[in-house]
Amino acid sequence: MHGAWPWILVALLGAYHGLNPAMGWLFAVGLGMQDGDRRSVKRALVPIAIGHEASIAVVAALVLGLGVVTDQSILHMVAGGVLVGFGLFRFARPRAHPRWTRMRVNRGELTWWSFLMSSAHGAGLMVAPILIGVGAADATADGGQTLGHVDVGGLSVITTVLAVSVHVAAMLAVMGAISLVVYDRFGTALLRKTWLNLDWLWAGAFIVAGVVTFFT
Amino acid sequence: MALLKPDPTFHASPGEAAAAPPETLGYVVTLNTGTNGDKAPDALCVVDLDPSSSSYGTVVGRLDMPEIGDELHHFGWNACSSALCPWAAHPHVERRYLLIPGLRSSRLHVVDVKGDPRQPKLEKVVEADEIARKAGYSRPHTIHCGPDGIYVSALGAPDGDGPGGIFLLDHENFSVKSAWEQDRGPQELAYDFWWHIAYDTIVTSEWGTPNMVEDGLIGELLLGNKYGHQLHVWDWKKRKHVQAVDLGAEHQMVLELRPAHNPRNAYGFVGVVTSTADLSASVFLWRRADDGTVSAKKVISIPAEPAEADQLPPLLQPFGAVPPLVTDIALSVDDSALFVSCWGTGEIKRYDVTDPDNPRETGSVRLGGIVERTAHPAAGALKGGPQMVEVSRDGKRIYLTNSLYAAWDEQFYPEGIDGWMVKLDAEGDFRLDPDFFLEFHGERPHQVRLEGGDASSDSYCFPD
Repeated sequence: MHGAWPWILVALLGAYHGLNPAMGWLFAVGLGMQDGDRRSVKRALVPIAIGHEASIAVVAALVLGLGVVTDQSILHMVAGGVLVGFGLFRFARPRAHPRWTRMRVNRGELTWWSFLMSSAHGAGLMVAPILIGVGAADATADGGQTLGHVDVGGLSVITTVLAVSVHVAAMLAVMGAISLVVYDRFGTALLRKTWLNLDWLWAGAFIVAGVVTFFT
Repeated sequence: MALLKPDPTFHASPGEAAAAPPETLGYVVTLNTGTNGDKAPDALCVVDLDPSSSSYGTVVGRLDMPEIGDELHHFGWNACSSALCPWAAHPHVERRYLLIPGLRSSRLHVVDVKGDPRQPKLEKVVEADEIARKAGYSRPHTIHCGPDGIYVSALGAPDGDGPGGIFLLDHENFSVKSAWEQDRGPQELAYDFWWHIAYDTIVTSEWGTPNMVEDGLIGELLLGNKYGHQLHVWDWKKRKHVQAVDLGAEHQMVLELRPAHNPRNAYGFVGVVTSTADLSASVFLWRRADDGTVSAKKVISIPAEPAEADQLPPLLQPFGAVPPLVTDIALSVDDSALFVSCWGTGEIKRYDVTDPDNPRETGSVRLGGIVERTAHPAAGALKGGPQMVEVSRDGKRIYLTNSLYAAWDEQFYPEGIDGWMVKLDAEGDFRLDPDFFLEFHGERPHQVRLEGGDASSDSYCFPD
């Protein structure tokens, strides 16, 4: 991946995560409807975004850390293996969820819920190959070296933080827009018509991403 | 199986459910007491409820259980509208299986009604031993499809004593996971349970342990106020008992719990079978305050009716009166109407409960009854009385069956009960449908579940 593409992909994935009702906008709408207060919808968005970001940050930190201690080919092997494995898991158990939570949540609990939900669905994992790509593109622009060979210190951390921020900003924008439009205009009746089952697509995406990561 | 779109029978809010197409099939469990010859297994019957069908009002399919003597009682769905709850949404599961416990055998039958809705198929049997081993419970009773698993209440422990409680079944393979409670506090007796889904609150009610009910109502226990008379309030998140609400020791047998369907409304109704003070029956309103404490007050009281001793079964002769015996209540999906079954006097009452603190009686239909035996226009005098009552999603049609529990049927209707199911119309005036009378020859129907959900099957996570 080169040039602007990793950045566009990381933003598109953010938008995709924002679109998924299970990643948070539906919970925000539910909390708003329960309170009968539009402000509750908006209040819920930030903790959900932080939880999502945290889940991705964990993966990003792993990618970065692995980038420091090992070379690019091993990083690709590990990331590819984990992605394929997780994809197979999502095929086998498409409805694996954190089960401890309920409707009444404070900000901390909502953040934790979002972190677990994003992690269980592999939102961070999905971003991992692109983070690797962002690093690679960045390194290329910086003088033709790959991630494993540059001084990973400052540059890649900044790049990674930037990439995660772009992802979460896109996610928050889409999630916020949908939750408010659903709250204000459409109501929950649209769920039954529009909530397509993307479990297999979602699981398949991991396997494709894993295989691609193996061979790049 | 997973669906591409959410199951069309899942509804985010009560209003959506009420606006959905009417039911065309009903599922009824029937008890075979062996009174008409050879003892046979209990069964799940499929009743055609489509008025435009030529087989309307008749049994169009059935599934006999694999063993004899289950005492099929209450049952429920594997999944329902709670699958849309936003914190654990899994909208692409199917409302496909009826989970049908044998209250006496403790066998839990998983029945597929989606392959062919008119020819249910047995998918799996969860044996009593698995429930006892993994959850420590026995005599499964109420089934509710929760957002994160299937919840089942049980009357007691395998030895027939207490405590009763709730256990969890896995959503996908129906294996028993564990007892639900982590701290049961003083709770010992169990019967029904339901929840305020948006308040993380579970409420449970009390009947008696298996040893207190299986051989019939025990007079000394009743007169000693030993049957259940409390509600229990639980923290759903912590699985912890938080409060016992005593309705008064004389209010014996606190049974069916009907919380408001609107998830914002933190109140509900519960029926009390009888008072040892005056044989009246009652309905209590419970309400959850903002601080989480629950209070309850009596909002409906139905008096006993005087009767000659020779009209009464031996159990009731000393009292010279027939108790109403409120054995079931049902709340319409829009929370506006409450239907109350008086199995003893043979009456079903309708109340307007738009102001839940002040129910207003808006209709009554007499049918059967220990003394009156009121006839149905399509049949003669009836034995048994209105018992389990189910309300269609739109609140317009009411279905009733007449059997309570084999050992108790014998005590209150010693001449035996011929099973029947009837329909009432609740749009405008509350009246019997004179043409709908379904007789179950030699079998006793207990509970009705409507295809696609009904007023006592689903929980909704979004208000309208």
